[in-house]
Amino acid sequence: MTWRIISALVENKPGVLFRVSNMFRARGFNIESLSVGPTEEQDLSRITITINSDEHTTEQLVKQLKKIIDVVDVTRLPLDNSVYRELALIKLKAEEPTSRLEIMNLVNVFRGKVVDISKRSMMVEITGTPDKIDAFKALVEHYGIIQLARTGVCALPRGVVYE
Amino acid sequence: MVEMSGAKALIQALEREGVTVVFGMPGGANLPIYDELYSSNIRHILVRHEQSAAHMADGYARIKRKAGVCFATSGPGATNLVTGIATAYMDSSPIVAVTGQVPKAMIGKDAFQECDIVGICASITKYCFQPLKSGEIPETVKKAFYIAESGRPGPVLIDVPKDVQQESADMVFPEIVKIRGYSPHIEPDVVQVAKAIDLLLNAERPMIMAGGGVHISGAFAELQALAEMLMIPVVTTFKGKGVFPENHPLSLGPIGMHGHAEANKLVTEADVLLAIGSRFSDRSVGRFDEFGKDMKIVHIDIDPAEIGKNKQVDIGIVGDVKVSLKIMLKMLANRVIRKGEGEWENNQWLKHVREVKEYYRSIVKDHPREVTAMKAIKKLREILPADAIVTTEVGQCQMWTSLYFDVITPGTFFSSTGLGTMGFGFPASIGAKVARPDLPVVDIAGDGSFNMTENSLAVSVLENIPVIVFLLNNYSLGMVAQWQRLFYNRRMIGVDLKGMPDFVKVAEAYGAQGIRAESMDEVEKAIRAALRSDVTTVIDIPIDPEENVFPFMPPGKGLKDTIVAA
Repeated sequence: MTWRIISALVENKPGVLFRVSNMFRARGFNIESLSVGPTEEQDLSRITITINSDEHTTEQLVKQLKKIIDVVDVTRLPLDNSVYRELALIKLKAEEPTSRLEIMNLVNVFRGKVVDISKRSMMVEITGTPDKIDAFKALVEHYGIIQLARTGVCALPRGVVYE
Repeated sequence: MVEMSGAKALIQALEREGVTVVFGMPGGANLPIYDELYSSNIRHILVRHEQSAAHMADGYARIKRKAGVCFATSGPGATNLVTGIATAYMDSSPIVAVTGQVPKAMIGKDAFQECDIVGICASITKYCFQPLKSGEIPETVKKAFYIAESGRPGPVLIDVPKDVQQESADMVFPEIVKIRGYSPHIEPDVVQVAKAIDLLLNAERPMIMAGGGVHISGAFAELQALAEMLMIPVVTTFKGKGVFPENHPLSLGPIGMHGHAEANKLVTEADVLLAIGSRFSDRSVGRFDEFGKDMKIVHIDIDPAEIGKNKQVDIGIVGDVKVSLKIMLKMLANRVIRKGEGEWENNQWLKHVREVKEYYRSIVKDHPREVTAMKAIKKLREILPADAIVTTEVGQCQMWTSLYFDVITPGTFFSSTGLGTMGFGFPASIGAKVARPDLPVVDIAGDGSFNMTENSLAVSVLENIPVIVFLLNNYSLGMVAQWQRLFYNRRMIGVDLKGMPDFVKVAEAYGAQGIRAESMDEVEKAIRAALRSDVTTVIDIPIDPEENVFPFMPPGKGLKDTIVAA
């Protein structure tokens, strides 16, 4: 079992995300995260999928994705030659001034931002690889996580890609 | 550019695709389409249930080898199509289903007869369209036929909201369409083909496993040429039954849960297997982990996702079966001299194949009755012309056909092999007859399955589409009963159909011919009468409910565990 990133270029039209996610469900693929957004071309979207699986399952997943008519292209992104990032918003309990200071220090170390602050809580934004976000989460867990949202991975291969 | 309504554009687009017949039923949401059909030359065949419309389009498509078309209204009309669409999807059959939908403004409001048919059909179609502007219709239809018929064929749905049917627009009918994310792989990689040839030429015990892809691509002659050139015995999957003449000395017939004992045994003994247009279904190969453990496998398929899906193979060739086999034959012609009949004496493997086949064919036992499924089906084969089209219902009747009905002219047999849809055979036989009115078409049926869509008798009689229903009547859901007898200690539940209805009277009630045949003599006379008849004939043949289908590979087991006889 290895963590992998798959990037799919798809037609930007209604129902495509449904078709893709419905295929995962129908064929029993367990995906870890999925993010969708616009690309450099107006009529195409990029779906980035992360999955923890063996080689055979990954190959099947790629083939089944390619088979969907609205999917224009599918690539497997090599972890060592791609940039991949995720964004997390974490709302923490922060009633004591000491804990506020501690949290702000940790956020600085992780090059994150404090994006909201109230009398009893702080919301921080962390961007990075999923590992980095996991590490930050582990460090601040004991303050009490009120809410957490992650975007899923967004990724591109390094260097110039000619198609 | 011409201005017209969406409905008119739809009918014109169908005409441009060469559609001459549509199977369907009107309703509130597709009335504008039907109103345009009124002034078209396309023949409309009114069904009595939309499931049958999809099966008829499917049967038509399998024989015509081009898309069949069915119409239904929104909501229940559309959901009634679902079983037929799923059947076509599992068997890679091209149908284009056109459904009416509630007007755009009503979508999502739980309107009367509204149903999210696009959502429902997502995993049982190759693609679903829902044009939201009438001007999109000509291109949509063109794309639908292109997707349905090309590559690995399959069903395509076009769901048209009623206001889109009514709305007028300037229509442009494209001659060709391009779909960015879709380009079927037709030409195989010749390097892979060369590797496959090396394997085959060095094999000691080669075997061909021919699947439904041979039928779809019409590669009958190429398959036969290859088998004869290298003198390789041929097993088929059940979907591939009849893609190779079953009276050919190299033919071993279908493998699988109810395959021939010799085919099931010999396929496991091969050292190199050439699988052509097959998806290694569980019903054909049994356990994926056990099948082909000790052999090299070459797999030709047009769908890249089938290579390695169920079975890891040594050489995968992605391409159209006919094109791939043509290339293989051409490359082989430079390398080998055609092997001759002398191989039967000189080649150890062929000698063994012949001995095993003769042995198992000699020990086949029939059920102790005057009229049995085996005898009736063999009699039917004897009397029918070689090119008659045969399909089946689903259950014991289907497996007996697989075992005892030798298909002689390739491509004349089909059945619901993937989804195993009871009620498929009769409407599908009507579709096949529409495709080939010049040939006799027979549905080898069981009572349970025929009962499900028997109302298509009205269609066959009123539309003058005579077929023969060869009904092996054991007054029960025979296959389920067989499993209950063998695996559930004869705790028989939910399988007794108590001889209801009287199928001779049913046939007569619809204006068809009904004949009961209770001796082999009567069976023979009934077949001859049916072939002479200009209306559909139901031949009701009572058989013993205790008659089982053997050989039998028990569920969850491998081909080596095949039980040869009771």
